[in-house]
Amino acid sequence: MFSLNDNKLAHEIVSNIKKKKINLKFMHVCGTHQDTLVKHGLDFFLKDCGIEIGQGPGCPVCVTTPKEIEEMIFLAKNGKIVTTFGDMIRVPGEKKSLQNLKTEGYDIRTVYGIEDAVLIAKNNPDKEIVFMAVGFETTAPTTASAILKNPPENFSILCCHRTIPFALKTIIDMGELKIDGLIEPGHVSTIIGIEPYEFISREYNIPQVIAGFEPIDILMGVWMLIIQIEQNSPFVQNEYSRAVKREGNIKAQKVMNKVFEVCDVKWRGFPIIPKSGLVLKNDFDQYDSRKKFEDDIIDLQNYKFKEPKGCRCGELLRGLISPRECPLFGVKCFPDNPIGPCMVSIEGSCNIEFKYLKNK
Amino acid sequence: MCLAIPGKIIKIDDKDDSATVDYGDGTKRMINISLVDVKIGDYVLVHAGFAIEKLDEVEAQKTLDLFREMLSDLEGK
Ligand code: SF4
Repeated sequence: MFSLNDNKLAHEIVSNIKKKKINLKFMHVCGTHQDTLVKHGLDFFLKDCGIEIGQGPGCPVCVTTPKEIEEMIFLAKNGKIVTTFGDMIRVPGEKKSLQNLKTEGYDIRTVYGIEDAVLIAKNNPDKEIVFMAVGFETTAPTTASAILKNPPENFSILCCHRTIPFALKTIIDMGELKIDGLIEPGHVSTIIGIEPYEFISREYNIPQVIAGFEPIDILMGVWMLIIQIEQNSPFVQNEYSRAVKREGNIKAQKVMNKVFEVCDVKWRGFPIIPKSGLVLKNDFDQYDSRKKFEDDIIDLQNYKFKEPKGCRCGELLRGLISPRECPLFGVKCFPDNPIGPCMVSIEGSCNIEFKYLKNK
Repeated sequence: MCLAIPGKIIKIDDKDDSATVDYGDGTKRMINISLVDVKIGDYVLVHAGFAIEKLDEVEAQKTLDLFREMLSDLEGK
């Protein structure tokens, strides 16, 4: 269904890239891109052609901070039914994960989406239900849509939504690594469209391509970046036009704008990133777990959280290292015994690298 | 988590913004369509139980044509 499979074309692209004899470093910010890259060995092929592609902070579960996980743990310990996506439950907090709490008998439930959490609230009117709302612009409109439908009073969200464009700006401003081009996340872009990325090409002279998730989409994205570099005409090119419109999904943007306002927020591995988070507008205070249960989590507000000992997720998320450069990778840290979030999430680069190890 | 799967709308229930999608592998699921304007037969991307965008078949074909064209230009050089 809508797959762009064409092996011959893929090989042609690779051999044409090879002929260019280049040495470039690109970044993408999407777990699904990383999965395609590693699963099909494209990371390996491209490296051979002089192109390195690192993941950056493109994993919502991974960039969620220890503090946010601890907030959920506190709420669960205070008798709330805590709900979130599967991966989030297994991320280690400072001492425990939500999964550990679940085995201790606390009520932690995995949901597929926010509507499942609302249903739990409807079915448990005498309990408070908290949904940990994690995800980038792809997921935020689903949260907003559910909030606009007036969920029951015993439902609220711990909002952890983050947005991509200003995180990219921060990575570039931090100046820790050279970025010759950016591959932008296809599904974030279905919502936001092209415009929110444009300042990056304009102000930093960096080419960008919004790419889909088939191997050929990524190869084409790489090819488009190379051509932009050769022509020295950086802009935001849309390779994924079957799903991304120039203006994005306006209906989804309107729903988001009704419910959320932009805020500054810390990302794991980063300092506070201006304008990269979403909070519920005041009109929706009754659905904001942080306001509703302020007393339950007040002790966490000034606490200094530590990252798991030895874990290099922070550097990974800033694109500075690859998973195998972490000494704990496959030695002490495995998907079923993860030390950091990048080994837990199916979008985390350590998890993806481990999953396809045998392919290499 | 930004994973979104394409599916075909096979039934629409307007009153609660829901529709049934067929994923083409035998699975069907109820999804929320409040974020898109769709009709039966449209293909959508589904994420966390919501359709987040309609897929455009014509654009998919155009992309492939464009790839082939770019490469044949190259070989012509
Ligand atoms: S391998 Fe484990 S410890 Fe190392 S960076 Fe990845 S998640 Fe952290």
